[in-house]
Amino acid sequence: MNILLLTVQRDLLLYVRQPGDIFNPLAFSLLVISLFPLGLGPSSDTLNEISAGIIWVAALLTTLFSIDLMFKEDYEDGTLEQMILGKESLLLVVYGKIIAQWLVGGLVITLLSPLFGLMFYVNTDGIVATVLALMLATPTMTLIGSIGAALTLGVNKGGVLITILILPLYLPLLILGVAMIDTASAGENYTGHALWLAAILAISIGFAPLATEQGIRISLSE
Amino acid sequence: MLQVKNLSCERANRVLFRNLSFELNRGDALRILGLNGSGKTTLLRILAGLYQEFEGDVKWGREQYPLYIGHRRGLKALMSARENLLWSAAINGQGARLAEVDEALRQVSMGSYLDIACGSMSEGQCGRVNLARLVLLHNKVWILDEPFNAIDSDGIQWLLERIKKHLFLGGILVLSSHMEVPLNNLEELELR
Repeated sequence: MNILLLTVQRDLLLYVRQPGDIFNPLAFSLLVISLFPLGLGPSSDTLNEISAGIIWVAALLTTLFSIDLMFKEDYEDGTLEQMILGKESLLLVVYGKIIAQWLVGGLVITLLSPLFGLMFYVNTDGIVATVLALMLATPTMTLIGSIGAALTLGVNKGGVLITILILPLYLPLLILGVAMIDTASAGENYTGHALWLAAILAISIGFAPLATEQGIRISLSE
Repeated sequence: MLQVKNLSCERANRVLFRNLSFELNRGDALRILGLNGSGKTTLLRILAGLYQEFEGDVKWGREQYPLYIGHRRGLKALMSARENLLWSAAINGQGARLAEVDEALRQVSMGSYLDIACGSMSEGQCGRVNLARLVLLHNKVWILDEPFNAIDSDGIQWLLERIKKHLFLGGILVLSSHMEVPLNNLEELELR
């Protein structure tokens, strides 16, 4: 278990020393979101209607843009080989890397989402639901994304390939998440949506890292 | 401890080697030689367990965690020499203390670069930091791919001494090298 924490610590340290890797996708999404109110005009009706969709698309894009870097550098400088050969379990290292990636990507988006909500005139219920939905869905995005990142390691310019591979897997999250926020804004009960997102998260926590681990072994066997 | 039976490997429709069989026991060293592209690195990666597309059997005894040093350094450019080695030890299930890491770095004459990021070191210095893993880690099996590249004559001398000590203590070594390696009990395997 120790190696899991060490991996999280190591990856966070690397992100801090090279903030561009994680900051650029985040900044891009923030810009996209903040341009909508300017482009569509400040009418609260239009903004309110599209708010949930835009916040979710932004969260998805941030994950997609940053996920292909997840193993890339470790692959190129050879530290990934050490992780495979080492006595410690590769699976725990993979969990650690996923947690670190989520902390600097998904969690940040989740924490910023109330701000987006305010920009789009979302009511309090809607904002609470947005935070809850993102809290449940962003870890799933990182978990599923890690499979794509592992499988495309050996591929030059794998970024586009990852998008094609894993975007379809993100669609249930997008549909459920947007529906959850809309339901909440309308003042209705959204427990069902939240439970579905939680169920998908639980399955991903159990299975996605296993697939990622195998993906890494396959990619390294090139 | 290492048994290889009928090992064959084909890459990009070209047969690299066919029906290789050999055995290595404690204290044995094997040098793999051959022209560029003859499959030295592939063979080493198969032995290390990194490359899986081969036919035949590769069996390690109880030593299934080789220390592999390949063409990719395995050093993070953004982390210092110390941090890199601490990580290396941790991933090998060996909780190294800072004093051990510093001692290992001093042995490869990198004692004054403990806190320098590996990204700002020269190629040779990175090579030396990498070799410090040979001091720090306790793996019984070493698989070294061209370990003499990019290090100076002092470094080569040091490495040879270290290898002799490792073999004397019952370790196993498989290496590839274009340079003659002056060791007494060295077996050679040429790939064509």
